[in-house]
Amino acid sequence: MSDILDLTAKQAADAVATGDLDPKDLYEAYRAASAADDLNAYVWVADAAPADGDASGELGGVPLAVKDLFCTEGAPSQAGSKILEDYRPPYTATVVRKLAQAGAPLLGKTNQDEFAMGSSNENSAYGPVLNPWDRTRVPGGSSGGSAAAVAAGYAPWALGTDTGGSIRQPAALCGIVGLKPTYGTVSRYGMIAFASSLDQAGPLTRDVTDSALLYRHMVGRDGRDSTSLEHPEEIVLPSATRLDGITLGVPAELSGEGVEDGVMARFEETLKLAESLGATIRRVPLPHADYGLSAYYVIAPAEASSNLARFDGVRYGARVDADDLLSMYTRTRHDGFGPEVKRRIMLGTYALSSGYYDAYYGRAQRVRTKIAEDFDNAFADVDFVVTPTSPSVAFELGAKTDDPLAMYLNDYFTVPMPLAGIPAISIPNGLSEDLPTGFQLAGPAFSENRIFEAAYALEQAIGFDGSKGRVAA
Amino acid sequence: MSAVEYEPVIGLEIHVQLSTRTKMFCGCALSFGEPPNTRTCPVCLGLPGTLPVANAEAIHYGLMIGMALGCDLAPRSIFHRKNYFYPDLPKGYQISQYDEPLCRGGRLGDVRIHRVHLEEDAAKLVHVGASGRLHASDASIVDFNRGGTPLAEIVTEPDVRSAEQASEWLKLLRTTLRQLGVSDVNMEEGSLRCDANISVRPVGTKELGTKTELKNMNSFRFIERGIKAEVERQIGILRDGGQVVQETLHYDPTTGAITSLRSKEEAHDYRYFPEPDLTPVSITQAMLDRAREALPELPAAREARFKDELGLNGESARLLAWRAELGDYFESALSSNGVEAQPLANWVTNELVQRLGGDADPAESKVEPSALAKLVALVGERKVTQGAAKQVLDKLVAEGGDPQAIVEAEGLGAVGGADELAPVVAAALEANPDIAERLRGGDMKPIGVIVGHVMRETKGRADGGEVTRLVREQLGL
Repeated sequence: MSDILDLTAKQAADAVATGDLDPKDLYEAYRAASAADDLNAYVWVADAAPADGDASGELGGVPLAVKDLFCTEGAPSQAGSKILEDYRPPYTATVVRKLAQAGAPLLGKTNQDEFAMGSSNENSAYGPVLNPWDRTRVPGGSSGGSAAAVAAGYAPWALGTDTGGSIRQPAALCGIVGLKPTYGTVSRYGMIAFASSLDQAGPLTRDVTDSALLYRHMVGRDGRDSTSLEHPEEIVLPSATRLDGITLGVPAELSGEGVEDGVMARFEETLKLAESLGATIRRVPLPHADYGLSAYYVIAPAEASSNLARFDGVRYGARVDADDLLSMYTRTRHDGFGPEVKRRIMLGTYALSSGYYDAYYGRAQRVRTKIAEDFDNAFADVDFVVTPTSPSVAFELGAKTDDPLAMYLNDYFTVPMPLAGIPAISIPNGLSEDLPTGFQLAGPAFSENRIFEAAYALEQAIGFDGSKGRVAA
Repeated sequence: MSAVEYEPVIGLEIHVQLSTRTKMFCGCALSFGEPPNTRTCPVCLGLPGTLPVANAEAIHYGLMIGMALGCDLAPRSIFHRKNYFYPDLPKGYQISQYDEPLCRGGRLGDVRIHRVHLEEDAAKLVHVGASGRLHASDASIVDFNRGGTPLAEIVTEPDVRSAEQASEWLKLLRTTLRQLGVSDVNMEEGSLRCDANISVRPVGTKELGTKTELKNMNSFRFIERGIKAEVERQIGILRDGGQVVQETLHYDPTTGAITSLRSKEEAHDYRYFPEPDLTPVSITQAMLDRAREALPELPAAREARFKDELGLNGESARLLAWRAELGDYFESALSSNGVEAQPLANWVTNELVQRLGGDADPAESKVEPSALAKLVALVGERKVTQGAAKQVLDKLVAEGGDPQAIVEAEGLGAVGGADELAPVVAAALEANPDIAERLRGGDMKPIGVIVGHVMRETKGRADGGEVTRLVREQLGL
C-alpha cells in the first residue's frame, strides 16, 4: 500500500472522487501505518474508521490525525498530561466535528507537549516523540506528534494548535507545512486551553495545497466560541507560480545573530529565489518584536494558570485522595502536572497576583498592542513579513531540557504573530546538516488566501523533497 | 464620664438570581429543585475545552435593573475571571465583572447604589455529617444544577445606618426587582441573598471604622438580627478599649452566633484578569430601547402617582408603593365603584395588614379586594360604623364572603336616622340625669358618657356624630 501513503491528501481525495481509490483502503492503509508508529507520534489510534465518516465530502475520506488536546467523544483526550490520563470527553471539538463532516475522519490522537507547553515534545507525560529525519532529535513542539506523523507518512495530514509557534516550529523541524491562522477564524470549542487569547488550531500538511484544503473546512463562526468569527473570504486552493508585485519584508532587527548559519543561509537563498520570481525584498522595522518573547512568557502562563485551575481532581481526570480538601488539591496537582506545566502555573500565578498585575500582565498586554501596531505599520509597506521559522534545525533529545530559557528562545520568530493575532505559515526551506529548515511568511489578519498563494509559488520554486522523512513509505 | 455614642455604617451586597430561561454562559435550563446534576452540560461542569457564551437575556435583565436603580449604563463592559479553588467552582474561577461593570452609580430610596454587575452562581455543596459545614464534615457532595445560574450583584454605598433600615430598604429592593420581573426574589430559596459590610464610628465623626463582612443572611429577620448582633459586638469591643478586626463573618440564625470565616490575612488573592474567552459587552441603542420598553412602573413612580393622582397621603403612598403586593391589592380594590382612595388605603395598610400579619400578601387571603372595597364604601355611606366594620373585617379574614351579607346576618347595620336612634339617646339622657344637667349647662366634656351608653345599647352600630347631633337637639342646645 506504500503508493497510497505517497499521495498528498489532495491527491488522495481526488483519487477517491474519481473512484480510483476506495476510501476504506485509504483509511486502512493509514490506520496500519499509524498503528506501526515507532516515533511515539500517536498516543491513540482508532480501531476502525468511524461509522459517521462521510467520504462524499470534499475531503474525500482522507483520515486526519488530531493533536491530543482536541476533545474527541469517547476517545482519549489527554493533552499530553497525566492528570487527564485516559480522559474520554462526552463531546467532540467543533473543528474535529466539522472536518469529519467534510470527509476527514479521525485516524488517531497525536502526542504533544503537556498542555501545549514546550517546543520539543519532551514535556509529554506519554514520552518524547522522535523526529523522523533523525531519531536522536526532537520533532519540535508542542504539536510534535502531529508534525512527526505527517512528516513520517503516518498521517496524510494533521490538526495542531499554535500558541507561540506550536504548529510552525515543529512543521519547520519536520520538513512539512504548518499554518497558524488568524485568531478567531477557527473555533476553539473543544480545544483543551493553554492560553485562550493566543491558542489557534491549524493544519499540518505535506504541502501548501493540502494546508489550504484543510483550512477551508476549518474556518467559520461557532456559536459555542464567542471569540470566533466568519472568515471574510472563501478559502481557495493556491495556484500562483510568480510573486510579481509582492513585497516581502525582512525584520530590520534580524541580523542572523542567534540563528544557525545553515538556517540563515537557506533563508537568504529563498529570498533570492523570491526575487527571481518577481518579489521585492525590503527591510521593515519591528522595533517591539524583541519584547515579544518576554510578553508571551507572561501572558501565556498567566492565562494557563487560570485555565488549568479546573484540573483539581473533583470531577474528572486523576485524583490523589487525601484527608482534607486542600491536600487532595495539592497532591492531585503535584502528581498530575509535569515540571514545565508547574513552572508556568507558578509564573502565571505570580504575574497575576495583586500588586504585580500592572507590572507584569498589564505591561505585557501593552507590549502586545505595540507589536500589533508594528505589524500594522509593516503591512502598510510590505505584503508579508518573512523570517526563518526556527533559529535552529531539530536539536538532540535532552539537549535543552535542563535550560528552559534556551528552550523558550526557539519561539523567538514565531511568538510575535499570535500576540498580534495574525496568520503565518511555515514551509519547508531546504536542509541544513541534512535536517529540514523552515521559511515563515506572516500576513495581515484574514490574509490566508494571499499567504497560501505566495507560499505555494515559493514551495514550487524551492522544490523541497520531503520523502526522506517519510519512513512509513 | 459620659459614654461615647456609636453609629453603625452599613453597606449591602445583594446577589440576585436572574430568572432567565437558561444559565449565564451555557444553554442549560435553570433548575428549580430538579434531581441533583440533571441540569448540567460540559460548559457548566467546566469540562476541558469548553467555552462560555454570555446570555443576552441576562444582559437585558442587567440593563433593566440598572435603569430601575438609576445607574449609569456602561456602553462597554467586560467580564473578568475571579480565580480561587473550591469544589463548587468547576473551572477554578468564577466569571464575574470587576473594574468595568455593566452599571455604576444610582440610587434606590435613601440608599445610593455603588454598582451592579453580572456573574455566574456557584454550584451547591451539601456537607454530609454532623457539622453541616465543609470543615469536619464526613463528606461533601456537589450539585451542579445551580452552577452557572445568572446573578446580578448589587452593591450599595455605605448609606445604611441601622439594621431596621437595612431590612426595610431590602424590602424596597425586592419589590423593585419583583416588579421588574427579573427574579423570583425568594430569600429562603436563595434567589435573593444579602451580605452586609458593617462598621461603627463615634456619632459625629466622618472617618469609617474597620469593617467586617457578614455573610449568609437568608431572611429579612435574620438580616435585622445579624446586623444588630454584629453592631453590638463591634461597639462592645470598642467600649472595652479593643479594636475591630477586619474579617469575614458567618451569622448562624439558629444560635445567633457570629463566627469568623477568614481573616484579612487569609483573604483570597483572586488574581482578576479579563476573561479571554468572552468578547466585551457592547450595549447598543436597540438593547437600551428594549430594556426601557420592558420597564414596568417602579415603586418610586407608583408612590408619586398615588400621591398626585389619587391624593393619598405620603405615608400611605409610600407603603403601598414599596410593598408592591399591598399596592396591587389596593389598586384592585380601588377599581370597584364607590370607594374613596384614602379611606381604602387606610383600611388596607392598617386594619387588613394588622389582621393578616407582617409580610403576608393580601391577595392570598380570603378577603376579596372587591369585598374590602364594598366594606369601606359602606362605612363611607354611614351604613356601617367604623367599629362594626372592623367586626365585619374579622369575619371576612376568617371566612371570606360578602360584607353586605355579613352586616345583615349579624345585624351590624348602623342604627341610623333620628327615628331609630332618638329613643335610645333619650333613654341615655334619662339614665344619666346629672350628665344631662352638665351638658345643658354648656359643659360638653362628659358627652362621651352618653355616646358610650348609646354605643353599648346599639352594640356599636350607632354613628357617633349622629348621636352627638341628637343629644344637642334633645337638650335644645
